[in-house]
Amino acid sequence: MKTYTVQNEKDTRSGFGAGLDELGKTHPEVVALCADLTGSLKMDAFAKEFPERFYQAGISEANMIGMAAGLAVGGKIPFTGTFANFSTGRVYDQIRQSVAYSGKNVKICASHAGLTLGEDGATHQILEDIGLMKMLPGMTVINPCDYNQTKAATIAIADYKGPVYLRFGRPKVPNFTDPNRKFEIGKALMLNEGTDVSIFATGHLVWKAIEAGHALAEKGISAEIINIHTIKPLDETAILESVSKTRCAVTAEEHQMNGGLGDSICQLLARKNPLPVEMVAVNDSFGESGKPNELMTKYGIDTVNIVEAAERVLKRK
Amino acid sequence: MADIQHLEQVASQIRRDIVRMVHAVQSGHPGGSLGCADFFTALFFDVMKHTPEPFHMDGKGEDVFILSNGHISPVYYSALARSGYFPVPELSTFRKLNSRLQGHPATHEHLPGIRIASGSLGQGLSVAVGIALSKKANQDPQTVFALCGDGELQEGQIWEAVMFAAHNKVDNLIITVDANGRQIDGDTKDIMGFGDLAPRFAAFGCDVMHMEGNDMKQVVAGLAEAKSRCGNGKPVVIVMHTEMGYPVDFMVGSHEWHGIAPNDAQLESALSQLPETLGDY
Repeated sequence: MKTYTVQNEKDTRSGFGAGLDELGKTHPEVVALCADLTGSLKMDAFAKEFPERFYQAGISEANMIGMAAGLAVGGKIPFTGTFANFSTGRVYDQIRQSVAYSGKNVKICASHAGLTLGEDGATHQILEDIGLMKMLPGMTVINPCDYNQTKAATIAIADYKGPVYLRFGRPKVPNFTDPNRKFEIGKALMLNEGTDVSIFATGHLVWKAIEAGHALAEKGISAEIINIHTIKPLDETAILESVSKTRCAVTAEEHQMNGGLGDSICQLLARKNPLPVEMVAVNDSFGESGKPNELMTKYGIDTVNIVEAAERVLKRK
Repeated sequence: MADIQHLEQVASQIRRDIVRMVHAVQSGHPGGSLGCADFFTALFFDVMKHTPEPFHMDGKGEDVFILSNGHISPVYYSALARSGYFPVPELSTFRKLNSRLQGHPATHEHLPGIRIASGSLGQGLSVAVGIALSKKANQDPQTVFALCGDGELQEGQIWEAVMFAAHNKVDNLIITVDANGRQIDGDTKDIMGFGDLAPRFAAFGCDVMHMEGNDMKQVVAGLAEAKSRCGNGKPVVIVMHTEMGYPVDFMVGSHEWHGIAPNDAQLESALSQLPETLGDY
């Protein structure tokens, strides 16, 4: 099992903020909008350095999405920032009509996704956002795993023309990916080659999958671990190649089982290569207040759950 | 100086197009479309600086129009076709399979002249604000025009957009409200009455004026007046008083013609009241 060095512990939202700030310097057409959460989204550096390109939308997310669509009409590359719940569920129709159906080049950037938002509780812990966004025709859906990858993804989506949903989170998590690696939309990343089981993970669960890979190795199980940072378009080739070798899969994500990464992979395998799959995800439940790690444990999306899922799926081969 | 008589002739043809389009597919929204025909004619044939061909999505250097109440697509499509955005005969494809003229305006089929999909109400004004911001950022001195229905003002997003535009001095934006007082279920005053609209917009910080929307001379003068008020630190709002269905005698005076199509006899009656001036498609 390959070992990854943790460079530091950083929040993925800070990766977004750093990427956005860099875009400010390199991409004059990039503008940013925020709905009264500039500090939480780490957009303050951009707002301070490029005040003429930063729009404070106030607590008006629907208007923010519409204005972003308008700025895109005018040739700008707008990045909107608010919590994932307010970036998707609250403004679904605005995104559907004014952004996705209208094919506007808007980047919907969403922090505090999932349970790891923590103490604020279920009102803010959206676990349905990937599903909501991936259902929209033409929408690209990205969920990077650490600070470095979130920064790289933020930079990459500015050069991609079309609507994008970029999902990241609040807590500090291990930062382990190569800071110099360019982000390729839709290209899955092999983290560990293995032969017994394929583990497809996204977002914060990627590091948990690596931890699970070590635990499985100690039990003599060879896990192939792949970071699916882009849920849509899904890297079907990488997934199918992996399962053709391992003949079974585990999916892992901080999201509802319905509509998430696991759902996309199950659809793919059902169509192309039906094989046993176990899904590590929140099972049709809202979250609650608590510390991120406590919540990951309680809702069954921790390292141990990936290990157990791998053991279960191996028995079904 | 606008040729009012010519504009009235164009408006009459646009009204014929509207009733013929809606009749042909027995669906669509003739009432609001007819009421706004004078406004669209004045905008597209006199007031706006715009380039129909070739169409540029970004509208740089042009005045840009955004229809927020997308259901009045018949008047929009006719005004676009008659002013040169796409061939007039294409109006016959309205609401049919494989048409670029969707029931509600869309960019998806790449119909020239359309910059955003609208239909789900309340969204277009925010888009118009965004375009106005992009014009300011690009040092583009042209104006953005947005049209909303008065019933549409019941959507909260409209007021989010108005609040933003006023707070941020988006003064290259003219918001016209089609104040016909009707909506699907009845008269606006009965469904969700606003009282007097003007002080509401003024309280938000807009520069508000009234305009008679079914008198070409007053529409042309009103739009010119609105344009002259731009650049003064406030979004301009026109409360445009129209009659749903105007001037077709059996359509006016009721909300009934918001979204139903005339039958053959009604079509004939309507067309007899609307002189053919530019040639039917």
